[in-house]
Amino acid sequence: MLRTSRPHNNIAFAMTKEELIRPENLVYAKPRLLNDSTMHYCPGCSHGVVHKLLAEVIDEMGLADRSIGISPVGCAVFAYKYIDIDWQEAAHGRAPALATACKRLWPDRLVFTYQGDGDLACIGTGETIHALNRGENITIIFINNAIYGMTGGQMAPTTLLGMKTVTCPYGRDPKLHGYPLNITELAAHLDGTAYVTRQSVHNVMAIRKAKKAIRHAFENSMNGKGSNLIEIVATCSSGWKLSPEKANKWMEEHMFDYYHVGDLKDV
Amino acid sequence: MKEDKEVLLLKGNEALARAAIRCGCDGYFGYPITPQSEVLETLAELKPWETTGMVVVQAESEVASINMLYGGGGTGKRVMTSSASPGIALMQEGISYMAGAEVPGLIVNVQRGGPGLGTIQPSQSDYNQATRGGGNGDYEVIVLAPASVQEMADFVDLAFTLAFKYRIPAMILSDGVIGQMMEKVVLPPFKPRRTEEEIRKECPWAANGRGSSKRPLNVITSLELEPDKMEVRNLHLQKKYREIEAHEVRYECSLMDDAEYAIIAFGSAARISKKAIEIARKRGIKVGLFRPITLWPFPMHEIADLSRKVKGILVMEINAGQMVKDVCLAVEGRIPVKQYGRLGGIVPDPDEIIEALKGVQS
Repeated sequence: MLRTSRPHNNIAFAMTKEELIRPENLVYAKPRLLNDSTMHYCPGCSHGVVHKLLAEVIDEMGLADRSIGISPVGCAVFAYKYIDIDWQEAAHGRAPALATACKRLWPDRLVFTYQGDGDLACIGTGETIHALNRGENITIIFINNAIYGMTGGQMAPTTLLGMKTVTCPYGRDPKLHGYPLNITELAAHLDGTAYVTRQSVHNVMAIRKAKKAIRHAFENSMNGKGSNLIEIVATCSSGWKLSPEKANKWMEEHMFDYYHVGDLKDV
Repeated sequence: MKEDKEVLLLKGNEALARAAIRCGCDGYFGYPITPQSEVLETLAELKPWETTGMVVVQAESEVASINMLYGGGGTGKRVMTSSASPGIALMQEGISYMAGAEVPGLIVNVQRGGPGLGTIQPSQSDYNQATRGGGNGDYEVIVLAPASVQEMADFVDLAFTLAFKYRIPAMILSDGVIGQMMEKVVLPPFKPRRTEEEIRKECPWAANGRGSSKRPLNVITSLELEPDKMEVRNLHLQKKYREIEAHEVRYECSLMDDAEYAIIAFGSAARISKKAIEIARKRGIKVGLFRPITLWPFPMHEIADLSRKVKGILVMEINAGQMVKDVCLAVEGRIPVKQYGRLGGIVPDPDEIIEALKGVQS
């Protein structure tokens, strides 16, 4: 949960707004590659934070003009509108297949996919597992909020047992719906994967760790170490029908029990 | 490459694979299926990644293959896949996305009989699927129908050229006869793969990382949520399709000058029809062959003209009657049009065709 302490520095209060936003007074800025398009994400959604981290890391690695991002079908379908690099928008679940071709044909480019749980762990399971297992030198960013956000909160492959969604309104029942798919654990067992980690972006410490993970994965991709999977355990306040603050709390209390945060594999 | 002979005795599938390496193809992505597996097998044996740098990937499915094609084509590379009927059915989603996002690429269908798993024997029953857009939305795919091993080789470069000229997926619609039979073939001359600079020049729209060039950022997508903008995109596609229809129709006429009757046939059916025509002419029947080479764009005007010169048309196709509907649209009832075909993987012989020709003789 994000907790901000009130500034006690009276000098700050003495400044006008114009003075405050002068470059020399800024301690925090929007990443250069994150453009000014208004994001369509809901308040409290994790996508915005992850987009920001991607924009920062790509810029810091000097790869802005050598990157190809593959966006999914799902809430992040418009990722290409927000981060200023070249993009391709894939069919539902197929991003790792596009990424495979992009990277094989342009080995010196940074190629990554950005996918949600429905896209990656359900309709695109085949493409995901095989791209990872072939050891394609790509990075897959996997946003797991345990729900289909864009289509209105239906059950996802990662929906927790007992969790209510509009297509399991009485809670996910393994007899009816099967079990949550821990695809990241599965990926860690594949010989083609170099780095498999699970992160989150719900507080400053988590955001910093997630950024490090993204950088590490991108470096692996550029150094030909194999495939990389970064799961970000994320919130969907609209789909979960919780306020952003409560969604963060719910995620910490329930999601982390099943989706343990940390590195699963780092070769 | 082990050898670089210009003239070889090859299967259609092998000729296609060798032609791909020789005409600057950057990548092949495919999944095994009979009767076209020799394409991937030939490429794997020839190891073009060690010579021209062409990438060869055995994908996990046809769904993945076509999406690799979408991704690779979206970066401006000359990429291709091949499959047979059930596999091409699986690819329709990706072909629709490529059409919508205007991504060039080559898809080869070595047809076998259907529906469903059907048979591994030859057929031409994917005509409708190929020429009507098997996926969702209003779109067209350029469809070339080879009738020889030579054309299997020659159409690779032609298909790439058309695909990139119009930013459209192109298909070579072959069948099990042409893919599996062996003939003498003169392979196309070697053409190097394009350099990064050449790709930038030919494909300023490609999403491949702009490098030091000053071009705007590129996005490959078929998505547009605002209806007004989506209609404009669709109208743009339709305008392009009309342009292709006006300029890219290809066909071949044989013994048509004095013909009273015409057989219209494509691919392997045209070869068999040629033999039937040879026999029929010996029996005094003045019949000629009209062979559409592009199935889309379809030679509508040419067949309309033809219907003003002959007394009857037999459409010979190895299916239950698919291209005949396009022929009827062109003929507009001026003369009798009959269709003859065999199903389930049976290839008709010339005598059957001569017998069927009686149906249009007055």
